Amino acid sequence: MKKVLFYTNQFFGQVGGEDMAYCQPEVTEGMRGSANTFGAPLKDTAEIVATVVCGDNFYAENMETGRAFLREQIEKYHPDMVIAGPAFNAGRFGIACGDVCKTAKEMGVEAITGLYEENPAVEMYKKDCYILKVGKSAAGIRKAVPLMAGFAKKLLTGEKIGSPKEEQYYAKGQRVNLFREKNGAERAVDMLLAKVNGQPYETELEISTYEKVEPSTPIADLSKAKIALCTTGGIVPFGNPDHMVAATAKFWKDYALGDAQRLEQGQWESVHAGFDPVYANEDPNRVAPYDMLKILEKEGVIGSVHPFLASTTGNSTSVADATRMGQEIARRLLDAGVNGVLLTST
Amino acid sequence: MEKAGIPAAHICTVTPISKTVGAARIFGAQAIPYPTGDPHLSREKEMARRREIVTGALALLTSSDKSVDGESNAVFTD
Amino acid sequence: MDLELRNIQIRDVVLGEENRLSDGVLTVDAAALQALLLEDPRVKSARIDLAKPGESCRILPVKDVIEPRAKETGDIFPGVFGTEVPEVGSGVTYVLKGCAVVTTGPIVGFQEGLIDMSGPAAPYTLFSKLNNIVLHLTKREDIDPHEHEEVVRKAGLKAAAWIGKIAVGCAEYESEIYHWPSLGERTAQYPGLPKVAYVCNCMAQGLLHDTYFYGRDAKQLVPTLVSPNEFCDGAIVSGNCVSPGSKTTTYHHLNNAVIKALMARHGKDLNFVGIVLNPLMVTLKEKQRDIMLSVHLVTEELGAEAAIISQEGFGNPTTDLMHVCRGLEKRGVKTVIITNEDAGTDGMSESLPDVVTEANAIVSTGNSNATILLPHMDRVLGELKEVERVTGGNVDSIRPDGTLLLEIHGIMGGHNLQGNTYLSATTV
Repeated sequence: MKKVLFYTNQFFGQVGGEDMAYCQPEVTEGMRGSANTFGAPLKDTAEIVATVVCGDNFYAENMETGRAFLREQIEKYHPDMVIAGPAFNAGRFGIACGDVCKTAKEMGVEAITGLYEENPAVEMYKKDCYILKVGKSAAGIRKAVPLMAGFAKKLLTGEKIGSPKEEQYYAKGQRVNLFREKNGAERAVDMLLAKVNGQPYETELEISTYEKVEPSTPIADLSKAKIALCTTGGIVPFGNPDHMVAATAKFWKDYALGDAQRLEQGQWESVHAGFDPVYANEDPNRVAPYDMLKILEKEGVIGSVHPFLASTTGNSTSVADATRMGQEIARRLLDAGVNGVLLTST
Repeated sequence: MEKAGIPAAHICTVTPISKTVGAARIFGAQAIPYPTGDPHLSREKEMARRREIVTGALALLTSSDKSVDGESNAVFTD
Repeated sequence: MDLELRNIQIRDVVLGEENRLSDGVLTVDAAALQALLLEDPRVKSARIDLAKPGESCRILPVKDVIEPRAKETGDIFPGVFGTEVPEVGSGVTYVLKGCAVVTTGPIVGFQEGLIDMSGPAAPYTLFSKLNNIVLHLTKREDIDPHEHEEVVRKAGLKAAAWIGKIAVGCAEYESEIYHWPSLGERTAQYPGLPKVAYVCNCMAQGLLHDTYFYGRDAKQLVPTLVSPNEFCDGAIVSGNCVSPGSKTTTYHHLNNAVIKALMARHGKDLNFVGIVLNPLMVTLKEKQRDIMLSVHLVTEELGAEAAIISQEGFGNPTTDLMHVCRGLEKRGVKTVIITNEDAGTDGMSESLPDVVTEANAIVSTGNSNATILLPHMDRVLGELKEVERVTGGNVDSIRPDGTLLLEIHGIMGGHNLQGNTYLSATTV
């Protein structure tokens, strides 16, 4: 018999209503409150050995305390799985359920919860644990219990887990390999015939969508503008004192150029691992054209050059890291009164 | 940077990828290992090529056109 | 143009003292084959081994895999040897099914791969199911990498053609007819069925990233109409590794899975009107030209209503793939593309570096970054140490207990982009 630790809030744990939202976590042997509805559908496979109840506000505002309490119970009861919620569309409860599941998973204990699709906790935790699709309010409990209990049994018995659609959980967004019945070429012909005949078909890979950036207000007069130079070409001071990485960079550096008129050979180099750096090392301005900006400054084509080089390595960098670094660089440039930017990449 | 209100021109070689990820101002570069240069050219000609790319990209910073692109690099556009 | 393939099923291969084919058992004169390979003065040594399905045997680093074939009259792999470029695609071609020539030996570049004849890697590659005649080739010291690649490529083709000749005249075969009438006749037939074209992307980017068309470098090629019959007769051969999982070997070209799948439905559900061979180049301008020309051939010349694009390579070729797709869809051609994914070892990253919204029908041949743990094999043909340098491997790939940890990218043909694999990926 497998063991399940159940988590729920003050309301479903029958402690009280919103007035009890600050109640501290407590554990009860066996089933309590809504845990009882899971007892019967799980019975051949698992037993709910204890129920943890915690107030929504308490968990939301004291997450570390909540987690510590949960860890203690896991160490005490050694459950095979934690079932949390379902929390339907309840925001704080949803986050608590997600966090409880994540904490359990970190300890190597399987964990599932159930949430309504608009619950913000879905986006926050779907990568960390299975979140089953349930209704918006507690009225959905009747459908939620068999769905969650059925899925829990599959996980507990090691049965094969179907697709997110089949099992009704939110996709984690993780690509997992599998072997299909027909080869790729035969599937391509099947898909093509469905497409050309107007029949439904399912692409095997949804394309990622990227946000189109709206251009901001243009510079009115270049000859008065302060221009900054940024690069993802991994240009760093020779010897790489800051240990800029060759790939998957998570930080950028702002290098002061002082009175320099160009990036001199031997003083700068590229550490980017994604291209042949010989040409950039011969003349770093081939990647970061600081020399030309200084010439154009002298000629009065542009007002001035921001005397810094913002540099990182753009090689397998994740979109999330790139976005954050862009925001950081933008703040720095705004503070320096920069009006426009040239960004080079390799 | 565009979101922070600073016009920014992206100088890169495989411009379709820059378009895919949504850059607002894109200028076609020389080649992947030397976006603003060309080791096969004489020093003078290389500087002329660099000037062409840098001034071209700078010009994008002054454009109010919504979809600005230094060179028309796409064969089949949106 | 009509081509008859006479497919002979080989159930076993033995090395002997004469060339013989009887009752599905192929005997290869090992000494004669070795002498043939040593005719090229650039080859320093040539060893011949066999690797059969189910054996505890690993071949690494593999450069190319070639199916032995021969024309009843004339040359297979036209233009590769000799000074003439014979016309191919008609007449009779003998095919030795169930066996292959595999080239291995010291590494040319870091994109060569692994074939395991048993164990967990075996289901990933069709080559584990073949009786492989493995050529272990070394070169003379003064041969540079480009020439090294050529030496090995030609040795493999020469051996496959020579072994193929053993089958000529064999009376026990299954006949397969490739009927390929002229363009006008093709487009006029089956008026009720959708006209389908196939765009076959091929790498044309330098050492170990090349394809040869009638023995000439595809970098000098513009998108060209090619018949299925020419594929069958070896007009397109691989000089290419890209990365072992997604490379198209000569075996794949000879047995192009998209051509097979389209031929199987031809005249029933669709009208297969033509193939465009599209080289993937290194500069943006050449890419643009080839995208435009490929789309032009499919739409204006072939008049197709639907198309399949198969991919080769990854990264910059994704731009070629996506933009041919976009060009076709914009002209009303319903399009399906076949590609692999690089979604990271955890499968959580963006799968493709370039996308277009028109790419709404994609066949995935799997996430190449997924890792696999491979057991020790009793026999290694080639050089195991080279796994550290192949795509998908690294300095920690060979583990102290003799097991091997690598990305599935390292398995030859593991996620073949002509769809000659059952591997795929799904979102969970």
